Amino acid sequence: MELKTKVKAEAGSQEIFITRHFDLPVHLVFKAYTEAQLLEQWMNTKVIRHENKKHGSWQIETSDPQGNVVFKANGVIHEFEVDSKITRTFEMENSGFPVQLEYLTFESMGPDTSLLTIHTIFKSVADRDNLLKMPFAFGLSMAHDKLQSLF
Amino acid sequence: MNLRRDVFQAIADPTRRSILLLVASQAMTAGAIAANFDSARPTVSKHLQILTECELLQYQQVGREKYYQLNLEKMKDIADFIEPFRQLWDARFNSLENLMKNPKNH
Repeated sequence: MELKTKVKAEAGSQEIFITRHFDLPVHLVFKAYTEAQLLEQWMNTKVIRHENKKHGSWQIETSDPQGNVVFKANGVIHEFEVDSKITRTFEMENSGFPVQLEYLTFESMGPDTSLLTIHTIFKSVADRDNLLKMPFAFGLSMAHDKLQSLF
Repeated sequence: MNLRRDVFQAIADPTRRSILLLVASQAMTAGAIAANFDSARPTVSKHLQILTECELLQYQQVGREKYYQLNLEKMKDIADFIEPFRQLWDARFNSLENLMKNPKNH
């Protein structure tokens, strides 16, 4: 079966391409990305600010169940075209990761289907590889913790 | 499940990760591998045993010596580190899709 979400990250490159086919018209995918109340639900985060316009800024923060903020990110929007594209910077606060540049392209593939492409550019190859490895490393440390709890 | 055979247990240890890097370029004897570490020889032997049990390492007997080398097939299991990243995004996008299929969000 064809995967709906694909990730392309060539060795030695500073880019990641994420593509996703949605069973949704393009305007609904764009809406999910631009309305704070919707973004909060599918990203499971809190939107502090989200200005949908050229030179607008955005900021989100995620808390654990105890209410401690565990993740903060922000950026500036450089291009904003309804149902078509968003170009923005992405900065994870207190993470050590340099600012990333993201090109989001929304394409209609039919009345009820659409394609989202996120092209992310990193400051260096190492920064890109570190970000790619985060979910892998997290899974690894989970496995490690699980094993340690057995002894 | 035999935990000993779990590749993730094997690579959770920094010494074992170093051993894998060492033998990545050439097959080496246990003695030659141990010479690269401050740990006692039996400790290194134990690491080699674990790596062999989980099939990340293979060895070839040459006379009295065992030459250890990487099992590339098995390494592929862990080399595919992009897959968890893809799954993370896939799960997020599935949430987006479910959310937006609800007419109250149209």
